[in-house]
Amino acid sequence: MLTKKNVLIWFEKSADAMAEHKQELHLLDAAIGDGDHGINMNRGFGKLALELPVMGAMTLQEIFKHAGMVLLSTVGGASGPLYGTLFLKGAATVGTSEALDASAVLTFFDAGVEGLVARGRTEENDKTMYDVWAPVLREYELCLEAEMEFVEILAACVCAAEVGMKATIPMLARKGRASYLGERSIGHQDPGATSSYYLINALYESIRE
Amino acid sequence: MKKLINNPSDVVNEQLLGLAAAHPELHLSLAPRYVCRKDIPQGKVAVVSGGGSGHDPLHCGYVGFGMLDGACPGEIFTSPTPDQMYECAKHVDRGAGVLFIVKNYTGDVLNFETSAELCKMDGIQVQCILIDDDVAVKGGGHTSGRRGVGLTVLAEKIVGAAAQAGYSLGACADLCRRINQNGRSMGVALSSCIIPEAGETTFLLDNDEIELGIGIHGEQGVERRCMASVDILVELMVEHIFSDPEYVRVAREMNSASGEWEDVQLVSTPFSRGESFIVLVNGMGGTPPGELYGVYRKFAELCDEKGVSIKRNLVGTYISSLEMQGCSITMLRADDEMVRLWDARAVTPGLCFPSCDDVTSCGTSNAD
Ligand SMILES: Nc1ncnc2c1ncn2[C@@H]1O[C@H](COP(=O)(O)OP(=O)(O)O)[C@@H](O)[C@H]1O
Ligand SMILES: [Mg+2]
Repeated sequence: MLTKKNVLIWFEKSADAMAEHKQELHLLDAAIGDGDHGINMNRGFGKLALELPVMGAMTLQEIFKHAGMVLLSTVGGASGPLYGTLFLKGAATVGTSEALDASAVLTFFDAGVEGLVARGRTEENDKTMYDVWAPVLREYELCLEAEMEFVEILAACVCAAEVGMKATIPMLARKGRASYLGERSIGHQDPGATSSYYLINALYESIRE
Repeated sequence: MKKLINNPSDVVNEQLLGLAAAHPELHLSLAPRYVCRKDIPQGKVAVVSGGGSGHDPLHCGYVGFGMLDGACPGEIFTSPTPDQMYECAKHVDRGAGVLFIVKNYTGDVLNFETSAELCKMDGIQVQCILIDDDVAVKGGGHTSGRRGVGLTVLAEKIVGAAAQAGYSLGACADLCRRINQNGRSMGVALSSCIIPEAGETTFLLDNDEIELGIGIHGEQGVERRCMASVDILVELMVEHIFSDPEYVRVAREMNSASGEWEDVQLVSTPFSRGESFIVLVNGMGGTPPGELYGVYRKFAELCDEKGVSIKRNLVGTYISSLEMQGCSITMLRADDEMVRLWDARAVTPGLCFPSCDDVTSCGTSNAD
């Protein structure tokens, strides 16, 4: 089960991860973009962490909506509207639930990632954050069919995310700023795929505790 | 780094406060951040643009009578966020809808589209029209497409005049799309620039090197080559513009009936002999006006040789990259309607067009 409390811990851990890996994300983006991804993610999730006390009093759906709006208005760049959309579209599936079971979590991410793809007009192998989310959702579905425990599902998703993230290294970028580099984008890990990996890892850690 | 600034993280807000102090006719909001006109008439379509800061006078300097109704500045070279455009649109909408003029950068496009959806949910009619005129980007289909550069200035002037003249949202959008499909730009950088928060140059150029095909953020151009005379550099830029083949791409616009996004195919056909243009010779921030006239001299000569006619011109710093040295050339194949709207009165901090009664020869020396 993903409870309200888990979600708040997830956000807190995400903020910690973005702060801790700010420089790494900066360097990845400096190599094939404009170098602001670390600053953007740290600004957005830092703001989200400040909002946690307020969010404690909200319903689960309101929490996700609020998180989406905070990210939308503070991250900036291309990744801001993408992450913001993920949470806003996901929030729409939550309804009045106060906690999500494993299958409701999949519904949440399916809708969220569908929103991200529609917003970014992206496909797999474009060398973006979607190259993490697509394999993660496939893995999640397989694990759910195999009736695995929620925490085990998430552990498997972290592995899939890591594989997806590393798989962006040999890809040729076809979306975002990196696409202007053409062949020169090959050999670098995508910054957005990397921040997505940290988000998924933070979710796993919030449940494992 | 030597700049007239205080704390680098306060630069954008402090400069906006200065703009607002110098121009009390403008309204400034800092949270969320936008600048807008105070005197927008009821029933007029509102024209709004925005993007990263550091390109002054674009966009905030073009807010005023006959151009933009609102502008949303992001951090330096960073897209603004959807809450800015959403609040700005709510503030400037006078019941006739809001047109967003968006330069083609993934961040700008995604943030403007998101805000357009928020506006739509509030019942505000909106449309997003893309500007993607930078011919330095080749093979548009495999990338995020051409960047929006100098043509944005011309679009804001002409579409702003149309909105002031009472065009509907649909007509403003059609005009803006037509401008985009008839414009091409090419730029060159002689030096880099420093983003205050970064504190160091965004790219490195040796003393005798230049970057041909630069965008407005110091992005990689077509070619890095050795410095040459102004005549040679202008020839190179003009060659890129005139040899640019047909350019086809897909833009996302909002269907006015259904309110849903739809993909629209845009086609820019090559320029040819006998056609008429509005042109911009633009400085990147660190090039003196005199050098820009040096560019214009050669440019006008080449246009003459190519058998095209310059109907109107603008020479100066209108879309900059901080203190970068360099220039860009923008050509808009203009029909009579565009020229008429170009001549219409505009009063903004960055661009003033006297009313036609006051002056008959401003920037029209080569006309007819
Ligand atoms: N069209 C897109 N679809 C999905 N993800 C994208 C798209 N464009 C960019 N991205 C993601 O955004 C990341 C860059 O984010 P960021 O640096 O914050 O924004 P910007 O590129 O505007 O500077 C990329 O690494 C990529 O993962
Ligand atoms: Mg970036």
